[in-house]
Formats: sequence, C-alpha cells, structure tokens
Amino acid sequence: MIDAVGRPQSVLVLGGSSEIAQAIVARLVPARCRTVVLAGREGPRLDEAVARATSAGADVAESVAFDATDTAGHAAFADRVFDRFGDIDLVVVAAGVLGDQEADERDPEAAADVLTTNFAGLASAMLAVTGRLRHQGYGRLVVLSSVAGLRARKANFIYGSSKAGLDAFAQGLGDSLAGTGVDVTIVRPGFVVGRMTEGMDPAPFSTTPDAVAEAVVAGIGSGASVVYVPPLLRWVFLLMRQLPRAVWRRMPG
Amino acid sequence: MAGPLGRRSLLTGWGRTAPSSADVVHAVHPDIVDQVLAAARSGDGGSPRGLIARGLGRSYGDAAQNAGGTVLDATWLDAVHAADLDSGSITVGAGISLQTLMERFVPLGWFVPVTPGTRLVTVGGAIAADIHGKNHHVDGSFCSHVTAFTLVSPVGTTVVTPASDPDLFWATAGGMGLTGVITQATIQMIPVETSYMLVDTERAADLDQAMDLMLHGDGAYRYSVAWIDCQSTGSRLGRSVLTRGDHARLEDLPVRLRQNPDRARSFTSRTLASVPLTPPSGLLNPLTVGAFNEFWFRKAPKHQRGKPHHMSGFFHPLDGVGSWNRLYGTRGFLQYQFVVPDEHGETVRRVIERLTEVKLASFLAVLKRFGPGDPGPLSFPMPGWTLALDLPVGYPVLDGLLDDLDRAVIDAGGRVYLAKDSRVSPQAFRAMYPGLDAWQQVRRRVDPDGVLRSDLGRRLGLCDDVVAPPPPPTRGRRRATASAQGTTAPAPATPAPRAPRATRTPKASPAPEATTDPAGTGPPPERTAERTRT
Repeated sequence: MIDAVGRPQSVLVLGGSSEIAQAIVARLVPARCRTVVLAGREGPRLDEAVARATSAGADVAESVAFDATDTAGHAAFADRVFDRFGDIDLVVVAAGVLGDQEADERDPEAAADVLTTNFAGLASAMLAVTGRLRHQGYGRLVVLSSVAGLRARKANFIYGSSKAGLDAFAQGLGDSLAGTGVDVTIVRPGFVVGRMTEGMDPAPFSTTPDAVAEAVVAGIGSGASVVYVPPLLRWVFLLMRQLPRAVWRRMPG
Repeated sequence: MAGPLGRRSLLTGWGRTAPSSADVVHAVHPDIVDQVLAAARSGDGGSPRGLIARGLGRSYGDAAQNAGGTVLDATWLDAVHAADLDSGSITVGAGISLQTLMERFVPLGWFVPVTPGTRLVTVGGAIAADIHGKNHHVDGSFCSHVTAFTLVSPVGTTVVTPASDPDLFWATAGGMGLTGVITQATIQMIPVETSYMLVDTERAADLDQAMDLMLHGDGAYRYSVAWIDCQSTGSRLGRSVLTRGDHARLEDLPVRLRQNPDRARSFTSRTLASVPLTPPSGLLNPLTVGAFNEFWFRKAPKHQRGKPHHMSGFFHPLDGVGSWNRLYGTRGFLQYQFVVPDEHGETVRRVIERLTEVKLASFLAVLKRFGPGDPGPLSFPMPGWTLALDLPVGYPVLDGLLDDLDRAVIDAGGRVYLAKDSRVSPQAFRAMYPGLDAWQQVRRRVDPDGVLRSDLGRRLGLCDDVVAPPPPPTRGRRRATASAQGTTAPAPATPAPRAPRATRTPKASPAPEATTDPAGTGPPPERTAERTRT
C-alpha cells in the first residue's frame, strides 16, 4: 500500500534499465519499497538494474520482458505482472528512445518507431496497467514526459512530438481516473545528462537522473500532478511557449 | 446474492491521505452483514478483495478503507436494543455514535465509560480500536467496559464475552475490524448527575513541570490531559496547559443550573461552524500554528479550580467545528500518537525536541498518562506516557523524522496507535506489538481465508494478501472498455439503490426502537474524499 506520505511498497517500472528509473528505485527501496518489478528489454542492462535493486535491499526484485511496441501483448503483460506480484502501488513509465533527429527526418520508418515507442506503445501499456490499478482501487502512475513536448523545436521535433503525445495522453488519463483512487504524476525534466544524451552538449537548465529521481519522490510524496525538473523550468517554459514563432524557430540546437 | 451491491466510492481516513476506492455497501440491517460476508467468502458476487467495516471514518489513516474490495458502512446499525437504567447496562447497534449515546443517556443519568477527543465515533469503531480517553489512568480503555458484543466473522456469528471466548474478545478489542464485523454491543455506562464537569486548569512553564504535576496529581482526578506547545524552545520547551476534572454533582453547580436540573443534565450537540471547502495546503504553517499556540497558552488561566464546564467543551472541543480536518488542505495530515512506559518519560522530551529542531509545527499536541492496559494483543494503551501530535503532510522532512521517532519509541518499549497510524512500517509495527503472533492465531481461527481485509492490514502485513486475480474478461471486451469502467471489475458497478435511506425513521418519530438519524452525526455515510480532484 501507499502510506500517508506517499511511500509505495511495490513498484513496477516500464523501461526498467532507464537511468532515471533506476535512480527512482534506488530512492524508493530504502524508504520501504519491498517489491521491485523491472520491465524492459531483456539483456545485461536490465539484469544489472535488478541486481542493483536487490543489493539496495528489496525483498523481491525481478525483471519481466516488456516491449513497448508490442501493443498486442500489453494486456497479457499487465495480467502477468499483477497476478504474479500482487498489488502494484506505483508504476513508473520510463521507457523511451531519443532517436536521431537528423537521420530520422530522412527515414520515415525510423521516425515512426520513435513515435510508436515513446507514445503509442506506452499509451497502450498504460491503459493495460491502469485497468489493473482501477481494479485494485488505488495506485499511482509516474509518467516521464519532457519539456521538449511542451513546444516542439526544429532540432528534435520527432522526439518532442512523441513526448507531447505522451504528456497529453497522461493528462487526460489522470483526469479520467479522478475518484478511482488511481493518480497520475507527470514529470517534465529538462535536458538530462546521462547515457541517453551522451555526446550531446547540455542545454541550459540541464539536470541529472538523480535530481529527477529526487524530484519524483518528493512529487509523489505531496501528490503533485506535474513535476518540473529543475522546478524553474515551469516558468521558463511558460515564457517559451509565448515566444513568437519567428524567434522560437531560431532557437539553437 | 447477485452482483456487488455497493457503490464505488473513494475513501480516506480523517487525515485525508492515501485515498482508495471500494464498493461501499450500506449495512442497513445485521442480516446484510452476514450476506455480504458470505458472498465475499464464497466469491459468489462478492469482492475477491475482501471486506472491512467502517463507522464514522474518524481513524486518521487507512484502517477503514479496503482498496478494490467492499466496505460495509455500519453507521446504519444505530438502534438501542436494551437499556437498564438501574444498572446502566445498555445494548446498542455497533453503528451508533457516542454522540447519540450521550444525547440519549446523559439526561437519564448515564455517560459513556470512555470517550476519545471526538464523540463522532461509533461503538463498533470504539471496540475495534479499543479507544481510550482522558480517564484511562483510572478507568482503562473502552473494551474494559464492554460486557459482550455480537461478532459476524467468516466462520459464523457469535456473541462474544470476555468469559465465553477471551481470545476472540481481546483479539477483537483493538483488532481494527480484522476479526469480524461487530454488529451489536453491550456496554456498562457510568452514572452521572449532570452534564457538567468541574475542571481545574493550570499552566506549566515547561515539560518537566507538566510531567511532574501529572505524575503526582493525576491520581486525584478522574479525567486528565495536558495540551503542549510544541514550538517553544529552550527553557519554555514543552510549556503546557493542564485540564483535569471530574463529573459535577448537581450541588456543585451554580444556582441557576441547580434550580433547573433538566438543564443541568441536558446534552445537545451543536456544530458552531463548518469548514466549507478545502483550502490549499499550508494554511496551518509554523507561523499560524505558532500564533495559535501563543494565544492558547495565554488564554488559559494560570490556575483555576472547580470551574464548571459542559461535557462537550471539556471532552470534544473540536467537534464544534465541522470538517475541521479540511483545514490541513488538500495534502491532508496525520497524527502521530505513541506511548512509552513510565521509565522512558524522557522519550517524550526527545520527541518534542526533535519537532522543534525541524520546525515542524504541531497544531495539537496532547500528553496524557495511561494506566494499566488490557489483554488485547493489538490494544494500544500500556502504563506510561502517551503523546499525540497532529502534523501536516507534504514536508519532505516528515518521513524520516517519524521513522526516527518510531525507532526511539521501539527502543523505549513503546508503540504507536493503529487508529491514528497511516505510515508506520511493517517491521516497526511488528517490533511494537509483540502479541502479534497470538493475534494472528485467533484471526486464522475466525477468518481462515483472509476475507477481512483493509488497507491498514495490507500495509502492515496483517492480512497476507492472497493474490486474487479478477475473472479474465474476453479480449474483445477488454479493448472495448479499456478507457471506461474498470476493465477487470467482476461486473459493472451499479449505483447503490437509494431506497435504504428511507428506512431510517425521521428524528421526530416516537418509536422506542426506532433507528433515528442522530442529529449532526457528521458527514453522510458515503464520504467521498475529493482530495484527488483538486
């Protein structure tokens, strides 16, 4: 169960090898989260994440195969997880790919893959787990969106639009869940320095997986519906979205 | 029974934290309790996630919630079945509130043996939490005054007395509803001449003085409690206002009341004001609470003896403000109440010091001495000191602080109160209640399949949840309903029929056995928390 200060006792991560998700799990386990289910592409990275959760002290830490693009299998996936592990207090939706904007612009299929993974696939998976959360009468979804989805830039509009879709979907889903005991927290980080952005120059207001995790844990503790990391981005993007298009399209990078 | 009867509602405890939704079934008659329990047990139309009874929802945490399962609203079981005015023994439905008991029996010369800081609790809840009051050091807790109750458990319905089945009686006393649904109880009331109290009030300059006064003076009073200012530091740390007293006899009262015995015995509940909406969190912050604490301390007379106060002001000052829990805002609040044995009185000081260090303001801090506990393995009271702190949720420092306090309480051989708890860990709980194994044995006897379940029980590992998968819907249906009703609910939840409401006789009805609607019994039974909608 989730306690009065928002601490879950079990967590399911979609995208279990994500750095941000691992940083979140690393904070949840010492705060009495006993069950950690890491769903993702099977491989050494996922195994490593499971080992880390175990050594952090989780009673149960296991991986489950999950493919965001396999929408036909998502209902069965949700059933498998909830039937095996029981109630899931927190679902962290952290799967996602950055893509390669320049290459993908010339490769429509690759661009569609980014959109499928980041948006359509996760939307399907979220609906599947939400069905089970409704049934258990409580729970929280943490959806890792991005400020890139608030206004698409020419430099990364494929990724940005996928996050825009995911973000809008999560907002609507959260509203549709009012009164069910299930809540949605949307996380909008800025540029996160990490594996996903290796070799890129950090944008202004960049952050780290650990800082995102800290903000997420604080956000679920206070029941926040939207979390910006760093928090200042809330106001920065309030302004950014008002910029005239002529200015916006000259934004560097 | 065909299909679920309840209406899916979002529930929280009094602290308005950790909401969960459940099918709320109105138990308008004890038979319904049997039927819902039977259905839950057989899985035929009942919820696979079990059931728990709920009274007036005054537990601060998740005790009367059952996420995804059934919650039986027992406030409908509010009849008076038997009353012996010579002995003061009464038999009532478990859903009757202590407020109703006071309204009806104080004018007849009988008062409830134990009342907590609110009278808006049901008799069933009072037993399930084995509540205590300001008279614990003299009279013990509520269940010490219960001579029998009817318990509907999955293995059957029994009248339980301390002699007939002591294990079950005491496992139910403080058992948080997890041994069965109490439908009826026989209580030994205490005689009173008036509805007034004679109260001595004094200020204590610091915690040492307060504890000293209580240690050496409480024996002379039937009721005793200290309000503590948890923000003062240094030499004023723990400055307090002690209020102690006893029931007033008619001859103790001023002439105007003495000459009007009806008035001297009257007990009518009035709500002076209600909090109409939930303000944003943060209204009760260190600044406002500090101002209140200063005012409260200065308002109290330095020393006053034998002042007549009406019962309701003495016992239940907050009941005058409806829905005061909303003042804590959308994030809600929690109460941390612990007890430590006498020899560890310094733990109380350490807790208050920690609170002042982190500058967390406790709006209400109440210190009291307990007398001997009763045999209930999950019953809270034990001889020593108990401190209760109301704290707003949403301050990141709170989680770790309370975990530290848990450790200090365990080290001192103490425990926290389950009726108030909303965040203790299963491990800490286990260390606090060494009688847990004995309690589990009784639970396995009366609920072998684990039908009685609550969010508190799940959180603390009291009911090892058997994973009950929902009936697998067909693939096509799943897709079609994915965004509408719960995709995996056994059947579409139908709204509860409104008809049962009409079975409550209006207040004016003279029928002696009538289940009259107690005036102002707080919010209506289906309290849907709106926390998540803000």
